Formats: sequence, C-alpha cells, structure tokens
Amino acid sequence: MKKELEYKWTDFEKGYVIPEPGTSRDYHTGDWRSQRPIFDHERCIKCGVCWIFCPDSAIRFDNEGYAEADLTYCKGCGICARECLPGAITMVEEEG
Amino acid sequence: MEKLNVYAAKLVPKNENFAQGHRACQGCAEALALRQIGKALGKNVITASATGCMEVISSPFPFTSWNTPWIHVAFENAAAVASGAESGLKALMRKRRIPERKIFVLALAGDGGTSDIGVQALSGALERGHDFLYICTDNEAYMNTGIQRSSATPFGAATTTSPAGKVVPGQVTWKKNMAAIAAAHDIPYVATACPSYPFDLMEKVKKGARARGPAYTYIHVLAVCPTGWRSAPDLSIRLGRLAVETGIFPLYEVVDGDYRITVDVPKLRPVEEYFRLQERRWVGENNGSEGNRWDSETVRE
Amino acid sequence: MGKRVGLEVSFAASEAVRLANVDVIAAYPITPQTHIEFVPVESEHSAMSVCTGAAAVGARTFTCTSSQGLILMSEIVYCTAPMRLPVVMVLANRSLSNPISIWNDHTDVMSIRDCGWIQYFAENGQDVFDHVLISYRVGEDRDVMLPVIVNMDGFNLSHVIEPVELLDQETVDRFLPVFKPEVVLDPARPVTMGAIVLPTCYTETKKAQDEAVKASMPAILKIWKEFGDLTGRYYHPIEEYRTEGAEVLLVTMGGIGETAMWAVDQMREQGRSVGLLKIRLWRPFPFKEFRKVALKAKILVVVDRAVSYGGPGGPVASELRSALYDEPKRPHVVNFIAGLASRDVAPVDFIAMVDKAEGTLQKGMGPEYEIYGVRE
Repeated sequence: MKKELEYKWTDFEKGYVIPEPGTSRDYHTGDWRSQRPIFDHERCIKCGVCWIFCPDSAIRFDNEGYAEADLTYCKGCGICARECLPGAITMVEEEG
Repeated sequence: MEKLNVYAAKLVPKNENFAQGHRACQGCAEALALRQIGKALGKNVITASATGCMEVISSPFPFTSWNTPWIHVAFENAAAVASGAESGLKALMRKRRIPERKIFVLALAGDGGTSDIGVQALSGALERGHDFLYICTDNEAYMNTGIQRSSATPFGAATTTSPAGKVVPGQVTWKKNMAAIAAAHDIPYVATACPSYPFDLMEKVKKGARARGPAYTYIHVLAVCPTGWRSAPDLSIRLGRLAVETGIFPLYEVVDGDYRITVDVPKLRPVEEYFRLQERRWVGENNGSEGNRWDSETVRE
Repeated sequence: MGKRVGLEVSFAASEAVRLANVDVIAAYPITPQTHIEFVPVESEHSAMSVCTGAAAVGARTFTCTSSQGLILMSEIVYCTAPMRLPVVMVLANRSLSNPISIWNDHTDVMSIRDCGWIQYFAENGQDVFDHVLISYRVGEDRDVMLPVIVNMDGFNLSHVIEPVELLDQETVDRFLPVFKPEVVLDPARPVTMGAIVLPTCYTETKKAQDEAVKASMPAILKIWKEFGDLTGRYYHPIEEYRTEGAEVLLVTMGGIGETAMWAVDQMREQGRSVGLLKIRLWRPFPFKEFRKVALKAKILVVVDRAVSYGGPGGPVASELRSALYDEPKRPHVVNFIAGLASRDVAPVDFIAMVDKAEGTLQKGMGPEYEIYGVRE
C-alpha cells in the first residue's frame, strides 16, 4: 500500500475517498506494545471471553482451539489477562 | 443472567466489520463497543460518524478500519447526515433506481457530538422519524481534544475544564440523561448498553435495528476511557461492569415507552468500588453517590 | 417545446427542481426563500448535512436558503465541495445581520467565496429556471462532480412575477440524464468518505480540489452551448451589452444588470461612450473572457453589492483589480458599493456613478471604494 508521503495530488480518488475497506490492517499496532499476553493451555477452557473483550480484535484461536494473541495488532492492554475466567493469561514484559 | 452468557462468546459471529489496526488507545472500551456493534449489525449497514475519537482513530488517510460504507462530515451532524442517507436511499428505492432492500443506516457519535453540539440534529432526526439507529458511545468527556468536560461528564469527575480540587469537586453539574431525552421523542426503542456486557449490547443493537416499522432507535453506550478517566488500561471491562453493578449506569431498554431493566443487580455495590479505580473521581465525604443512585432507582420504578 | 407563463421566480425555480426529478430536498424556512418547496429539517445546517448524506448514497439533492441560513450552514457548505458531492443550492441573496435585514444584497454569498462550489449569478426568472436545470447537468458531469450555487436576488427577483418559458419534461429528460455517480455509499462496495487527512497529504487534497474547480470550465461552456442549441438561450461567463468602442464599462453581477442596461441605453443616446460588462460565472472565475472585454476600456465602474470593512473594496472590484494587475495597459477600476438591503439603484444612479468615475481620468484615483448614496 502507498505510504502517505508517496501520494501525489493526482493519486487521490475524487473526494479523497478511501476506495477499499479495512486498509488499517496495513498498520501494525503491535509495534505499540510494551507487554504481551501468554496463554497457559493447561488452564485455557477455550471459552472465547478474551476474544469478545479485545478492543483490537487481536485474539484468535490456534488449530487446537486455544486462544492466542495476534501479535501484529496486540497493543498489550492486558484486558484479556484481567478478564480470563480460569486465569490462563499472564502479561509479560516485551524484550527490547 | 449476563454472566452465563459470557460463556457463549464463541457463538458470536467471527466476522470483524471493524478492522484491526485502528489507532485507539490501549484498552479503549469505545473501540470495543464499535467492534461489538459491527458484529451485531453485520455488513449491510451504512454508517455516518461524527467527529471524535472514533472517527479519528478509524480513518487516518489512507488507513480505514471500516469494512462497511462510512461517511464523516462534521461534528454536530451525524444524525442529519444519516437522515440524508436514509432519505436518499428511500427516494432511490421508491423510484426503482436501486433495488429495494433493507439497508441499516447508523449514526455514530460520542457524548460531545450527541448531548452537547449534536442535540439539535438528533432531536430533529428523531422527530422526523427516519428509519435509522443512533448510537452514542459515551466516554463522558471530549476525549479526542484532550479531556474536556461535556454535559455527559458525571458529577464530581475531573477534566481539564472541570478540574477537581479543595474548592470545586470537579464537574458540578449532573450528567445529562440523553436516554430520557431520546425517549421523550416517543420513539419505539431506546436502550443503554455497555461493552462489558457484550450480549446485552449486541441484542439491543439487533433489537433496535429490527424494530417493527422505522428503526428509529437511540442506544446510549457507556465507554470506559483509560486515558481520560485515568484508569489502568486492563481494567476497562471491569470498570464498565462496576458502573452497572453500583447502579451508576443501569442497563435498561424503553420499548414503546415501557421501561425495563435488562441487567438486574439486586444488591448494588458501593460506588466507591467504581470510583476508586479512576483518578478522575474526587472521592470526598459526600461525592454525589446518593445522587447517582437516585438515577437507577428512578429507572427501577 | 415550452410554454411561456407569468410565474413568480421562486415558483419557476421549484418548477425546475420538479422537472429535474430531484430525489431529496432539505430546507429550512427563511425569508425570502419561503415560497420554494421544502422538506422540513430543523436548521439550515442540517439541511446541508441531509443533502450531503443523500448525495453520498447517489440521490439528486436540492436546498435553498438566504443570509443567516447560509452562514449557519456554511460549515457544511465547505465540507461538501472537497467531498465532490454535486448538491445544487439556490441562494436568494439577502443581507447578513446585523442589523437584521430581510432585503437583498450579496453579503451572504460573498461570505462563502472560498467554499469550492461552482457559483453563478442569475439575472431574471428565465435565468433561474434554466440554471437550476443546467446546474444539475454541470455538477453531476463525471469530469466535474462539484456542488453548484445559483444566486438570485432575494425579493427583487425571487418574489416578482416574470415571464418564464418552462420546458416540458421530455425536453428536460433529453438534456438532463439520471444521476449516476461512480462512487456511492453501498454495502456491496464499502468505501470510506471524509477520512481525516494529516499534514503529509492535506496540501495535495487541496490542490486536487483547486484543479477540479478550474477544470470544470470546459464542461460548463460545453453544457451552456448544448443548452443554447436546445432552447435558443445561450449563456456566457461574461456578457457584453453595447460595449463597442466603449471607454467606460459598467460592471455588474446579478439582477441590477438589467437596470444598468437601461442606463447604458440612456447614456448612449446622449452620445456617451459607455457599455456594460455583466459577470454571470463567479467561480471558476473566467479570467480570459473578462480580460478580453475589460482591456478595451479606459475605466471600469464596478458596482458591488457587498462591502469588506476597511479592506480593498467590494469583493468583485478587488478581484477584478487583481485580475488586471499584471496587464501593461489596464483600465482604472472605480468601485461603488450600492444596493445594500435592496436600496434602489436606478438608471439615474448608474449615470451618477459613471459621471464620478470619469472624473478619475483627470483628477486621479480616489479612495479604494465608495459606498454610494449615503445620506450625509
């Protein structure tokens, strides 16, 4: 996708319309993170509570159905860890 | 009731109509509300947003988080732009220029864009009876411009234009009851909701959208804002729950004028439990907790 | 083809709107726009918001207002043009408050000069009727896609009965196709309209908007010619009346142009070398056509209907001076502000202005502008 500084005035659609849906997916909010959630499969009951409460749609389920973070977008807010009923999620500091 | 429903989270449609990559703060419950509203309404919706946090974080050119058609024009006119979209669709379908089918029209605005500058357009649209939903996502201040008070800021909450100190306790006026104002227009459906109760919220959005006849619906959503409320980002869901459990923000609906509570809290928690977690609250001797309870008791009647 | 009737001009405008098969009309009552059909919004601001939302889904829209209503809706007027949504607005020009005045001058439209809409000044009832139809054709043209304002003098034009030749529906349908924009709000093809644009890109969007207004000129001229071929009425951005060999040119915009024609006739009968230049198209400004006529004269007597307090003159005179500045041999531009709040500007007044202006050739230029006819 074109970066903002690459847009010449002739590159805009009429009325500066953004013609495609969901282009924000090219912006990786995961870079904002200072802590990340880790999931304990022993405790995860695959209930989906973390998923329904994530403001960034950054929880998904792996092939076995356990919850995992989509690190491209996860901002590390910690809501999932706080709301997880069986306490299967812990927040850990990001390195670097 | 709601607690049991939380276990059924996996039954909610997986489709994300509000895309990842939006610029909302960490822990923003307002963005979560938009995500849940998107799931409730599906793809067949045209949205008109007012200027505000949600508009700015979802549409920084060339990035858009909207997977559905969306328009933003100005701050006070979400209801008027939505009225125009609704009228336009009606005229085009009547003249058979586009196929006749149901398309939901949604107006989205914050508390500033609704209870202050947006009241006129909202009142006009409700009075004219357009077939649309109006959802106010209320983070209780003008957050996008740096946390200034609005008429939705609750009594005793500190903002930059209602600072709290020894002499003045923060906001000195009571939160404007927008749901009551909307209900006074005699519209078929009014509700309050909170993303901490996702099923209650999504059911209400669907109910409003499918009202018998014109949808004209007003839903007032409490949206916890960790940045503005000065609360920890991971507590946004808990705070929303506490707002409901202390009776400060009761969850109810008004169907053809009949008030009913949708999430009953038989024994209210003390309001301090809610206030303690947000630095914007000045907790003093008589911090208005009685006044806040008055609100929920009136609703129960 | 058409029948000629005596019709109040505001009714002529609404007849044109009906013939244009407009989809949504949103308006709020204000004197003197009240005779035109409207759908009731609770303020003019919402009227323009409704039109913008309706145009975004692909509906043909119309609104009408004056004065205070225009400035209230001006926030949204500025929003509609960069979004390239072709709304048509008839503006019954009326004074801006304060003092409150329901009578006619151009102070309202001059407050939104830079809004980015195509702006046109009608002179008579036929003009208004024709231009409502023409504006839809121009605005909705795929190469233009801009909103259009048709200005008419409030009361002085909107409330008078004039002979208007109405066109029949079949003729209008031949001239004006159905509105089919390329991009609309439609769940089948989701787009985002009105995104926030950061400083990295904002200048480019404004360049695009500026070029769009300038580039609308060829389409406007082509459509005016087509309308002329269809009806026999040809419109031009600048119109001349008895300008042959004229040393002095009166310059007007809007309804007073017709009175000025009488004054020119009287002065020509006296052997004076006076003509009239009428501006019809205000934005995009027709520089080429204007200079072609104006440079033939020694003096331009510009009659403005609005004032910029303590500034360089009325809006029209300041722009014309600027348009002529780089010309090596340019005429004197003498500026009178007249006809504020419908104060009558009769042929005798035009003659007095020309007399005063001719004095500048001997005595040199006076002040930047003069408010004409003040009781002192």
